[in-house]
Amino acid sequence: MNIILKKGAEASLYLANWHDKKVVIKQRLPKAYRPPQLDQTIRRYRTVHEPQLMHEAKQAGVPTPAIFMIDVENSTIIMEYVEGQQLKAVLDTINAEDRAKLCRKIGSEVAKLHMHGIVHGDLTTSNMILNDQGILFFVDFGLGEKTKELEAQGVDLHLLKRALESTHFTHADECFAAVLKGYADVVGANSEAAVCEKIIEIEKRGRYVAERQTGA
Amino acid sequence: MRLSRKERICLGIESTADDFGVGIVTLSGIVLANVSSSYLPEAGGIHPREGARHHAEVADQVLAQALEKANIKPKDLSTIAFAQGPGLGPCLRTGATVARALASYLEIPLVGINHSVGHIEIGKLTTGASDPLTLYVSGGNTMVTAYAAGRYRVFGETLDIALGNCLDVFARQAGFKPQKGIPLGAAVEQFAAKGKALVPLPYIVKGMDLSLSGLLTSAVTALKKGKFSLEDICYSLQENAFSMVTEVTERALAHTEKREVLLTGGVAANKRLQTMLTIVAGEHDAKFNVVPREFATDNGAMIAWTGLLAYTSGLVTPIEESFVKVRWRVDKVDVPWVKLS
Repeated sequence: MNIILKKGAEASLYLANWHDKKVVIKQRLPKAYRPPQLDQTIRRYRTVHEPQLMHEAKQAGVPTPAIFMIDVENSTIIMEYVEGQQLKAVLDTINAEDRAKLCRKIGSEVAKLHMHGIVHGDLTTSNMILNDQGILFFVDFGLGEKTKELEAQGVDLHLLKRALESTHFTHADECFAAVLKGYADVVGANSEAAVCEKIIEIEKRGRYVAERQTGA
Repeated sequence: MRLSRKERICLGIESTADDFGVGIVTLSGIVLANVSSSYLPEAGGIHPREGARHHAEVADQVLAQALEKANIKPKDLSTIAFAQGPGLGPCLRTGATVARALASYLEIPLVGINHSVGHIEIGKLTTGASDPLTLYVSGGNTMVTAYAAGRYRVFGETLDIALGNCLDVFARQAGFKPQKGIPLGAAVEQFAAKGKALVPLPYIVKGMDLSLSGLLTSAVTALKKGKFSLEDICYSLQENAFSMVTEVTERALAHTEKREVLLTGGVAANKRLQTMLTIVAGEHDAKFNVVPREFATDNGAMIAWTGLLAYTSGLVTPIEESFVKVRWRVDKVDVPWVKLS
């Protein structure tokens, strides 16, 4: 019996029993809005890359669900089911001290990924799961990349900042400050400063940013 | 049309980019007039100074036409609203000057409006959507927003150029000439409809954000190489760009779980984009809404309507605080009139 866990934007997640294990079946369904050729290329690419990146994340010391099976033809991944809560549901319900601690943890985990040459590509609190033992799991590496470029790392953190601003707006500033602290714990103050500078540069490239230099 | 003399009427001025628009709207949401004049550059994009010059030249005629169309006298107006930002400085300043002069002369309140909020509110008014996830795509903006706790929050946006800008620049590179009433994007749409083969182009989605500058460069490069037909490149450019904005919209829809989708801004007129979003909204049991063409591009009515919403919530902009805000982000604006049940 497969129970639908979430009908996400690009994939449907089902809870299932597979060889006596509780698993998540992640299936990237065809997107009718895209031309089939483009759609197939995107789904294949992400189905192949996501498990690779999840595996590498573990080597970097960042917990991710174990991968059990990949079916490229059907754009399906079978992985371990992590019992716990999405961070999205947790972050606004805990006290300031715990929140800061948790965000610092996020920062250091992201830093481990970056040091190992992985960018997650979609760092939101929906893509982090806190399990019952308090271990933070990262999921949904579908938009991730293998790269050590400062640019990609900056975008990764910028996306996290933006996710905090749109979804956890009351605590966004303190949360992101704690994330950066945790990031610095792992990469060191100099590298953290460099990535912060990059984030500002990326933000200035955007539309309607107050900090951007006005040329006209 | 007879109007009760008591009903509050707002005149709104839009001048953030190439359009100078004047709209006249009543508090009950009736658009009495929506007149605009577009600056057509002879070559290249909008030169801010030339745009401002155009606006200054046509302002009196557009105002007169709007009042005539609404069949009212200036003294019937009770509020003046203007787009205070974001946009091109010189163009914004021209509209602001007209607005200040009118408000001072008529001795009625002045309200500065955020242009992006205007696009969202006119979309809600004209489609009946109440709490939508909005995809706002135009020459200057590409963002996915939704209301939460007093403001329109930005869930996704372009990391570089706007969707309309991407299509316009490509169109100019392809030699399309802007014509009155036919935006460059519409020319791309016509050619795209005849395209069949998908040319490989970048597809860059970063979380709920996206990047279009690399796609534009690649499309222009493909054009210059001459290996592919213009129709196929237009088709591929549209398919890639629209798939990207649709994907981020779907991500934001899954994330926010809103029950309505609203497509607004100049690119909203594109039928292919409308089709893609209709599919995505349907898959998430959300109702798809698209702003009517007249209110999709920049217009004065959206500023007038938002001006009324703001004014009736107690917001006014004293003349001394009416300076334009060139980089005024939508998520920095309080929208106290939005009340969700």
